[in-house]
Amino acid sequence: MSPLLPSSTAGTEVAEGTPAGRSTAGPAAAPDDLAGLDALQTQERPVPPGVTRRRSIGLGLGIGTATLYLSLIVLIPLAAVVWRSRQDGWSGFWQSITSGEAESALVLTVVVSVLVGLVNLVMGTLIAWVLVRDKFPGKAIVDTLIDLPFALPTIVAGLVLLALYGTQSPLHVNLAYTRAGVMLALLFVTLPFVVRTVQPVLLELDPQMEEAAHSLGASRLTTFRRVLLPSLLPAMLSGTALAFTRSMSEFGATVLISGNLPFQTQVASVHIFSQIESDNVSAAAAVSTVLLVVALVALVSLDTLQRWGSRRG
Amino acid sequence: MAKYALRGVALVYLLFLLVLPVGLICWRTFQNGVGPVVDSLTSEPAVHAFQLTLMVAIPAVVANTVFGVGAAILLARHRFVGKRVLNALIDLPLAVSPVVVGLALILVYGRFAPVGGWLSDRGIDVIFAVPGMVLATIFVSLPLVARAVEPVLQEIGVEQEQAAWTLGATTWQAFRRVTIPAIRWALAYGMVLALARCLGEYGAVAVVSGNLVDQTQTATLYVEQAFNNFDQQGAYAMAFALMVVAVVTLLAITLLRPKEETR
Repeated sequence: MSPLLPSSTAGTEVAEGTPAGRSTAGPAAAPDDLAGLDALQTQERPVPPGVTRRRSIGLGLGIGTATLYLSLIVLIPLAAVVWRSRQDGWSGFWQSITSGEAESALVLTVVVSVLVGLVNLVMGTLIAWVLVRDKFPGKAIVDTLIDLPFALPTIVAGLVLLALYGTQSPLHVNLAYTRAGVMLALLFVTLPFVVRTVQPVLLELDPQMEEAAHSLGASRLTTFRRVLLPSLLPAMLSGTALAFTRSMSEFGATVLISGNLPFQTQVASVHIFSQIESDNVSAAAAVSTVLLVVALVALVSLDTLQRWGSRRG
Repeated sequence: MAKYALRGVALVYLLFLLVLPVGLICWRTFQNGVGPVVDSLTSEPAVHAFQLTLMVAIPAVVANTVFGVGAAILLARHRFVGKRVLNALIDLPLAVSPVVVGLALILVYGRFAPVGGWLSDRGIDVIFAVPGMVLATIFVSLPLVARAVEPVLQEIGVEQEQAAWTLGATTWQAFRRVTIPAIRWALAYGMVLALARCLGEYGAVAVVSGNLVDQTQTATLYVEQAFNNFDQQGAYAMAFALMVVAVVTLLAITLLRPKEETR
């Protein structure tokens, strides 16, 4: 998922949380429920009738405009991709995604993305813990630096990594045109996801709980497993899911470092790009459809994870 | 002891993944002094790439700001059928691969597609031209303003606007004089994020632009082409310029975020 920044994730949580509460609690029972409050006040307060009518016309117009905008830019084009992939029927679709090159690109993308998710799960949680619980000079700078991969254009990220880990590597580590290089590029662009989802949850937790467990004889590992992990798990998994989704769809960072070698380093998005360039649009649409389905599944599971997290918190 | 080990692991990981590569690029850019950097950034293709990047990014940010504020008001203040669907759809662009975005736009607005053909007959080219690049950029940065503004709108409530209406303000006056000042920091935060995303977009623009030098080449496409043409100085210089933009963005969002929290 592209720079779905932590703040925007938090926004989703707020937005997703309210409709659920709205359906169960009446307008009067939820004082923080703004739409409910709004409805209550339009009902009971003597608002001039012209205002209400004008506002409901405005609401209709607003919904209409938003739908039209989303349709023209997002929905119709994405539907066209799915439609195009099915143009030669199921068998054609199946053939396109199981053709040697497409299949190996998809398999590589899934495997690398799972690995990237797992590394982020461990390293992201570790970095978040260090940023919250540890104290050392320059911590504020490190904290700001975490967001750099979000702000940096992806093509620049690829170029930056090739400078250190490319053919002219001053460290003599040449990862250009290797799968390890692809994974490194994906680790770079996904660095902030787990850190930024775990960090706020960890900040809320009282360090005294950890100290209490420790003084009662629990080892560090037991403390982490029994005290921290239950509270952190939803955030850790959300961050991992975000990193996984982003890895599945990433293009700019991997295009330079992968060298676009079919069967070796070609990930799905790079494969789609080369299919478009060679005017093989149906095959590109078929692989794109697979990526779209993965994106949808990821969005739904993130939504579920966030509901689970907010129930726990 | 374990604390130092964890700190060490975290810092070494960040050093090799983030700090050393970025530092090396900065050093390599200025290896031969400032002169060559200035030369390659003021060369004609580079200047054109800068101009085009702004021509694409600014309309996209404006469009997404208008849409974002509108969508945030709808989601935060109103109840309607299909609200959860709208809410989910707004996040969708962030999960879609940039290359798929490009392909999707080609399939609808390309010259051989129904809509694109119709427009092309009327002299409007979308794909391999600026309008398509603007569309692609709007797509990838669509949710950023909406998601920044929405939580603030939820929090400030509607009392002040209603007070303004009671005092005889029109909806527009209440919006401009009450709502906008209340959400201004969140709005600025969202706009900075969207602008950074728009200036740095590569994949979607690469597909719809055709990457024609001096015509449809943005700053990020310039980096890729210079690199592939073994013009390392040019690629590094432009990458450095984009990195400066990214760092300015980072500082801006760090400054804007606390203000949003103490609202």
